[in-house]
Amino acid sequence: MPDSNPFSPSPYELNKESRATLAEWTTFSISVALLIPVALILTMIAIKAAPAISWPYLTGDVSRSGAAGGIWGPLMGTFYLTMLCLVIVAPIGVLAGIYINEYAPDNKFTRSIMVAVTSLAGVPSIVHALFGLGAFVATMGMPKGLLTAAMTLSVMTLPVIITSTREALSGVPKNFREACWNLGASRWQTIRTIVLPNSFGGILTGVILVIARAAGETAPIMFMGAVMWLRIAPSGPERLMPYGLNDEFMALSNHLNLISKDIPGMPEEMKFGSALVLLTLILFINGIASLVRLHLRRRKRW
Amino acid sequence: MSPDSSMQPTHLEFRDLSVWYGQSKALDEITFSVPRHSVIGIVGPANSGKSTLLKTINRTLEFIDIAKTGGDVLVDGQNVKSIRNVYSLRRRIGMVFPLPVGLPMSVYDNVAYAPRRMGIHDKAQLDELVENCLRDSVLWDEVKDRLDLLGTKLSGGQQQRLTLARALSLEPEILCLDEFSIAIDPVTTMKIEEVLMRLKERMTIVLVTNLTQQARRMADAVAFINASQLIEWGPTEQLFNNPGKELTGRYLNGEFG
Repeated sequence: MPDSNPFSPSPYELNKESRATLAEWTTFSISVALLIPVALILTMIAIKAAPAISWPYLTGDVSRSGAAGGIWGPLMGTFYLTMLCLVIVAPIGVLAGIYINEYAPDNKFTRSIMVAVTSLAGVPSIVHALFGLGAFVATMGMPKGLLTAAMTLSVMTLPVIITSTREALSGVPKNFREACWNLGASRWQTIRTIVLPNSFGGILTGVILVIARAAGETAPIMFMGAVMWLRIAPSGPERLMPYGLNDEFMALSNHLNLISKDIPGMPEEMKFGSALVLLTLILFINGIASLVRLHLRRRKRW
Repeated sequence: MSPDSSMQPTHLEFRDLSVWYGQSKALDEITFSVPRHSVIGIVGPANSGKSTLLKTINRTLEFIDIAKTGGDVLVDGQNVKSIRNVYSLRRRIGMVFPLPVGLPMSVYDNVAYAPRRMGIHDKAQLDELVENCLRDSVLWDEVKDRLDLLGTKLSGGQQQRLTLARALSLEPEILCLDEFSIAIDPVTTMKIEEVLMRLKERMTIVLVTNLTQQARRMADAVAFINASQLIEWGPTEQLFNNPGKELTGRYLNGEFG
């Protein structure tokens, strides 16, 4: 007596089940398909770069326009450029994020700040490059070099830090703040004792991701003093700190750009070598950000 | 003990207090007063302005951008508007909210939070204060061996008592409770009610509640607020047995709300 089984599915339920299965498999296969290009890019670059990668390659000087030698100069340039950018943009971005999320009243002025931040985030990096050239070099009369390049990168990454800081801060429930205010804590005391300690991880993650972004950019720095070749001192402290604040500099992203398109007869492994180093650097930084996030999720306190 | 509240001087007074949120009026010319060492029950349907009333006392309403107030709130005869340092006002007024909020720090740090923000850092003094407050809020026996536990990890009822302990940590002279029992079980509620009746000797208590029977059990006087307006206020038994307005009687008897 199969018809009396109260659990026999209706035609509608059968149809519903098959559509549910279809939806799950479609979304799953598209997600898996995403992995393919990533895996291909990484494998291809790794294979082609393999002949070049060695300790002397990382620590050697660029010679014959990048066709021989190593990438020490560009590597150091990228390192100092991103650190400098970080020193400039992190305090400004975090403080602005704190103001917008914690203090700013909901009015036209605040909304116009937010529109400005969003617009800034949408500006193409080549336009940032022209802005940096116009503002810092042409108008303020600063020399093209490490500092002005870092400042240009800072303007570009500012909205990213502001937005990630805001998101981290707004993750702290509002009723914690209200409880503190009712206990007679000032807004600043509340921010310092409750809000920041509980959003620090999110803020830090945003800051780390900005390093990755700054390290990979080419357009904003190529007008700002990034050059093809500079002589690097062979030893001594200047080997580790090859550039002054106002000096021209080499950088990995720019190096890769130039050797890939401007120099004829460039050996394949030299191009892919610097691509692999740049990529590894950025993936490494992103990895740190993920670890920080993971660590903080584990010790979430509410 | 039940001091004859009519003999006590006025501690808290509302004079023609109005509050607007943008265009909508949340409180409409509220006037009544509360004697020292008494419990005033504030009852009324949801959304009638009861919580707003509490926020005008310690001026946390100022954190709501669109709120505007008219009229006056007086504590000990002093207009709260004229108090220049708002923190000296909030120190004297304890607040407990409907939903328990354990701050994401240890139980000890939760209770020591407000004293520390007022500049108290002496370990022995804080230890004593934390213990006293937790005893006053009937939480001590449950947490005394694990004061380093996160406040957010306590149960709802425990967190509510933690909130109470925190509110007591500055020895407030006025304690405001906004539907404190909404998220906790009846047994804990009764425990806290007992505590509050004892605390009355040390402070004036403003009890906002949806439970008319809770107001009847605890309050010396009751103010009935409906749709932003104070319908009437007076001694508890008078309001329950012989209300001046028909609406009051119907609300207190549970016929609407």
